[in-house]
Amino acid sequence: MLDLGRIPSLGAALRDATISFKIRTALIEADRHRESSRHTYAELRAAADLFTGALQAHGFEPGDRCAVLMQNQSKWIVGALGALWAGATLVPLDYKLTAPEQAALVAHGKPRVLLTEWPTWEKLALEPQGPFERVLVVVTEAPEGAALGRAVRFESLRHQPAVYRERAREDLACIVYSSGTGGTPKGCMLSHANYLAQAEVLGRMYPMKEGERYFSVLPTNHAIDFMCGFLIPLMMGATVVHQRTLRPAYLSATMQRYGITHMALVPTILKTLERRIRDRLDELPKWQRLLIDNLIDLNEFATRREPNHKLSSRLLRPIHDQFGGKLKFVFCGGAFVERRSAEFFNSLGIPVAIGYGLTEAGTVLTVNDLKPFRGDSVGKPVPGVELELRDQNEAGVGEVWVRGPTVMQGYLDEPELSREAIVDGWLRTGDLGLLDAAGHLKLVGRARNMIVTEGGKNVYPEDIEAAFAGLDDCEEFSVFAANYLWPTGKLTDEQLLIVVRPKPGSSDEQVDALIGELRARNRRLADYKRLAGYLLWEREFPRTASQKIKRDPLARDLRARLDRASIRAL
Amino acid sequence: MADTVQILIKMAAKRFKADAAQLRPEDDMFERLGIDSFQAVELISDLEGEFDIELPDYELQGVKTFAALAQKIDKRR
Repeated sequence: MLDLGRIPSLGAALRDATISFKIRTALIEADRHRESSRHTYAELRAAADLFTGALQAHGFEPGDRCAVLMQNQSKWIVGALGALWAGATLVPLDYKLTAPEQAALVAHGKPRVLLTEWPTWEKLALEPQGPFERVLVVVTEAPEGAALGRAVRFESLRHQPAVYRERAREDLACIVYSSGTGGTPKGCMLSHANYLAQAEVLGRMYPMKEGERYFSVLPTNHAIDFMCGFLIPLMMGATVVHQRTLRPAYLSATMQRYGITHMALVPTILKTLERRIRDRLDELPKWQRLLIDNLIDLNEFATRREPNHKLSSRLLRPIHDQFGGKLKFVFCGGAFVERRSAEFFNSLGIPVAIGYGLTEAGTVLTVNDLKPFRGDSVGKPVPGVELELRDQNEAGVGEVWVRGPTVMQGYLDEPELSREAIVDGWLRTGDLGLLDAAGHLKLVGRARNMIVTEGGKNVYPEDIEAAFAGLDDCEEFSVFAANYLWPTGKLTDEQLLIVVRPKPGSSDEQVDALIGELRARNRRLADYKRLAGYLLWEREFPRTASQKIKRDPLARDLRARLDRASIRAL
Repeated sequence: MADTVQILIKMAAKRFKADAAQLRPEDDMFERLGIDSFQAVELISDLEGEFDIELPDYELQGVKTFAALAQKIDKRR
């Protein structure tokens, strides 16, 4: 049982764990078919202490910020832990962003230290160095003779005895960016109390124990892996396994080699795994397929009330063996999970707990408890979370508002945005949902102009508009989420589109050229930001006195005069 | 370099059932092959075998064209 009621901070909870579980394995790092490192809890403590001491040798003080910008690996955890013990506020950054986007977040988050790895720093060093001028940049695994610029090597840090610095529950533990790669950066300020409350609840619902192994495949900077692949397993004495490559062949080999018991996934990875299993099943001779189908039916019946890993893994051994034979639980969230995928895995005896959350409120607000499994909802609010549906229509659909101990303090340096997001302690989620008779939440759409990709990335139209500024022959334009203009009642196939008003009097050739340029710029965007289509519009956009586009009146006008069939593909 | 990109195009066409003759080095491979980044890593595994190199996943970040990927391969040969 995880009891964190008297624990003041994340640093304290994790420090206790390194003492309690001393000889247990905390971290394993695999690279292809090799094992590149392994730390017991005692070794993790020693490694983290070295980093604490090195930070303190550079004058790092409690409350200073330490950004971590790395792929999932042991040093992510070692660095984050060392920084927490020096009293840091962590700023986890997304290694998948482009270098200019990463530099912009460093400029916004103003860390005192940036811990990163060589391939990332190699690109960042080519960016304007303004954001890094006052930052101690620490780079891991730089090759001999690499041009480090202003950075220092992790491996040659100056060490001194570390002094553990305690933090209070209300102090900031992390600043986590939920979006803002182009528009206004939204840095969610989460306290130690926020994380401790979430860890305690999830640790009670889905306890992990010594000997169990969590496979960390989602980026650790993301709220899900930070909680499920860092805090919870380490607080409970389990092992976190990292792997440098996420190729399916190596994933499967690592799961088998290390006997992975727990994973958290986003829907896109769940679907990739599903496709692979379905393909293999389809390749079986007819009689074998029939046999497996019967065993799947039998397993589904036997586990209809709650999961039974032992039974399922015996009944369906060949399928379970593909996942190492020990996988007993998958958490899935971050974006809309298709019922069919979750039900498929559950029928195989690998229960998928679907959850729903926002970076603005820790990790999950609602989650399925698997008693029994349900694939058609995002579960019930977790203990401590109050949930209200506001402005409900006749069907009971309303906007989800939540209150509870995991709701953030606000957005960093954005008091106006914070006031819009949190009203009287209630967080406006911007999602539309309804509650069924059993108290389960079902999400049916968004009240905000935004999309969430299957990979769990929030994309806001205003963050993309900069990429289309200054188009020739374009009078004005605006980007919208198609489901915001024309709600479908579902969260699948979310797409962005651009509404373009060519300069009055433009010839057909000029409009064609304009669309051609739109296409070219669209292709240069990261794939998750790309627009699916465009709408041509001739009416003047409504604007405020300060010439900002009034999106809501424009959306109403578009809704009234056009429909989905007007969208042309880009 | 010219050879690498041609071998790469041939292998990509084979894996994703496209017509190699229609693919140019400067094409956006994700768009032309209709693949996502998860599918692209499967191609990377094929390439590692063919060229006998190790190509970390991060090398794929920001790479869109066949030519750019060929360059990454050549750097490691």
